[in-house]
Amino acid sequence: MSFNKSWKEMEIGAVVKGGSGLLYKTGNWRSEKPIIDYTKCINCLICWALCPDSAILRKGNKVEVNYDYCKGCGICANECPTKAINMEKEEV
Amino acid sequence: MTTVAATKKFIEATGNLAVAYAVKQVNVDFISAYPITPQTIIVEALSQYVADGELKAKFVNVESEHSALSACIGASIAGARVFTATSSQGLVLMYEELPVASGLRLPIVMALSMRALSAPINIHNDHSDFMSMREQGWIMLAAEDAQEVYDLTIMAFKIAEDERVLLPTVAAMDGFTISHTLQRVDVLDDEVVRKFVGERKARFKLDVENPLTFGPLALTDSYFEFKRQQHEAFKNSEKVIREVFKEYEKISGRKYEPLKKFMMEDAEVAIVALGSTVGIARIAAKKLREEGIKAGVIGFTLFRPTPKVEINETLKDVRTLAVFERHLSLGAVAGPHYMDIISSLDKKDDVKIYDYVYGLGGRDITTKMIVDTVKKTIEKAKKNEPMEVEFVGVRE
Amino acid sequence: MTLEYKPITKLSDLPEENLFTSGHRLCAGCGPAIVARLTLLATQEKPIVVNATGCLEVGSTLYPYSSWKVPWVHVTFENAAAVASGIVEALNKLASEGKTKEAPVIAIGGDGGTFDIGIQAISGALERGHKFLYICYDNEAYQNTGIQRSGATPFGAATTTSPAGRVIPGKQERKKDLIGIVLGHHIPYAATATIAYYRDYINKVRKALSYNGPTFIHVLAPCTLGWRYDPSKTVEISRLAVETKFFPIYEVENGSLKINFRVPKPKPVEEYLKTQGRFAHLFKPENRHLIEEIQKNVDENWARLERIEKAGPIF
Ligand code: SF4
Ligand code: SF4
Repeated sequence: MSFNKSWKEMEIGAVVKGGSGLLYKTGNWRSEKPIIDYTKCINCLICWALCPDSAILRKGNKVEVNYDYCKGCGICANECPTKAINMEKEEV
Repeated sequence: MTTVAATKKFIEATGNLAVAYAVKQVNVDFISAYPITPQTIIVEALSQYVADGELKAKFVNVESEHSALSACIGASIAGARVFTATSSQGLVLMYEELPVASGLRLPIVMALSMRALSAPINIHNDHSDFMSMREQGWIMLAAEDAQEVYDLTIMAFKIAEDERVLLPTVAAMDGFTISHTLQRVDVLDDEVVRKFVGERKARFKLDVENPLTFGPLALTDSYFEFKRQQHEAFKNSEKVIREVFKEYEKISGRKYEPLKKFMMEDAEVAIVALGSTVGIARIAAKKLREEGIKAGVIGFTLFRPTPKVEINETLKDVRTLAVFERHLSLGAVAGPHYMDIISSLDKKDDVKIYDYVYGLGGRDITTKMIVDTVKKTIEKAKKNEPMEVEFVGVRE
Repeated sequence: MTLEYKPITKLSDLPEENLFTSGHRLCAGCGPAIVARLTLLATQEKPIVVNATGCLEVGSTLYPYSSWKVPWVHVTFENAAAVASGIVEALNKLASEGKTKEAPVIAIGGDGGTFDIGIQAISGALERGHKFLYICYDNEAYQNTGIQRSGATPFGAATTTSPAGRVIPGKQERKKDLIGIVLGHHIPYAATATIAYYRDYINKVRKALSYNGPTFIHVLAPCTLGWRYDPSKTVEISRLAVETKFFPIYEVENGSLKINFRVPKPKPVEEYLKTQGRFAHLFKPENRHLIEEIQKNVDENWARLERIEKAGPIF
């Protein structure tokens, strides 16, 4: 989506609302997708802490991948201590 | 450091001290600067005011002018009323941050004690530093004497911080000639100044409860619109500046206009200048009139935005101009005043403007030089000679 | 503004909210993104962030989007520390008059903005003693402009301006001792860290913000593109940097140095180098001696740190 507001409608000085990055989805960058095997997950939160895209959501100690943003880097799978995350080819 | 205190309603002050006094009265929150001749005394005096508790501002003594303007940008984003001062090489070291202050729409006020640019290094006055700012989105005011720089410094804050404007503003004076010359300066009461400028109400600020992003990356789909907005801010400032001048006249009794006019009512030839030279030009005009030449003087108080309306009004009947530039636009056809006047005039076919570069690196300009130059201008105009930049006061 | 130091023992001690949000355009597997994320997870109170020009800044704030859910300022490349100085002092002044609220201030810059172009502004700010934390995320080259060498690029690494050529095998100069430079200002707290040791990093951010004065953290942040490795290995490589003693993790509190990870059985530096394309040329027979030289440098650096640690406070 390209930006198409008139200069009259834009806030001056290019000030942007913090956190608006969420409006831009990066999930389509992905060629592999992480799948969590919850039978192996020990809720250590390592994947949550280390995901560069903040794409692992946490509720209490439960984790879940947010595929809207996950870029498929595979860090979560690489770092999971119980190998509970598998990277699978994204279907196109 | 000896600062000045007002006895009755005036101070005995150099241009630099008059600026410092104004900045104290305006009650800035934050100052950051780096010493450089001939501006240094401004920041020394302000440091003294802070050290004596007369000014409750934070003074951050940075390690370079680049950091001075950077710190000012940070403080201004935080919502503070901000001041800096510089000259010459200091200004060009700040250069990277000049368009940033404007692009982020920060009403920072700068005092500039104008000085020649290196090389060769020279500490004396010309306008090459000031003129180098003219594409960087700052409102630009220039004073003729210490009184004007005091008044313009106060007004600069009110102009810059106006919600319709929000642009950084520079108030300049000639280095040494004004910055170091003791003059009587009529001053306003602190309360009058404070009421006049009010408190800065920042449009945005740094607030963890309402997090904003300042200075993002804006590419092909948005950058242009922000520049268009700045253009609009300059348009708006034309009105605001004139309002502020009028309002200031009410509290001070001193009249300010974008262009100063002297004996222009019936003038047949006009001398155009900026800064302290305007004063010398007045004497020259009187001398010329004694010799039967109807000369007048136009002095730029407002340099940016270009006072187009006043240029047209003032030059309605005067079509011969001797333009004095204390700046050499190397490689250009003419200097900045010449170009501004020509581009401002709605009707230009019958005007005869001749451009003269003078006073570089602090070289003196005398009444005689101006008188002779005006006579030469009249001759050239008569012969309809094409304009070619000439030099006044250089050894050929 | 200073905060009480409350170290975490486990990740669940951290708040759930992501203050560094998804949707940024940094590369998949970006080390600096992990630094940004961990930094904002670590802060006990929402900070104001000043970001020098670089990957992190460009990648996280493409108009009209911003991944920063805290006040965030970018001005130019070399002046994050100067801008932070202005913010800290202005906030302090305005807060003293009840006009605003104070918040911790963190300046963050890459190795270009820190080791090189920004070093003067940093030195000035540290000397003046403003109360802020400066974080250098070090990805060891100007990655944002396309992998050019910086003063942080290690000896032997190939970049686009220190390429591995037929005559010159990569960068010929050693990495600057950034913490050494910073310590010359006698600041109360300086530390190194890396993302693999996320708890250590988080606690260092918290500790730094508990100090009354300028503090400094140098955090190694691998770059998948510039170092040439698979994106999934970002954290693993930063761990190897510590396990081979290539990047020692230590802190200096009030002049006393403490090595935080002793590495009882260090792996040979080769183990680290071989994971990254930027060092691939060192494995050619004619360049093997450079690996030995790197190993020697690594051992000497470690011995130097141990000497300083043993000798007691350096200021
Ligand atoms: S694959 Fe990468 S981006 Fe996706 S959830 Fe895992 S760490 Fe995050
Ligand atoms: S790293 Fe593995 S074990 Fe830990 S929370 Fe994530 S999926 Fe579960």
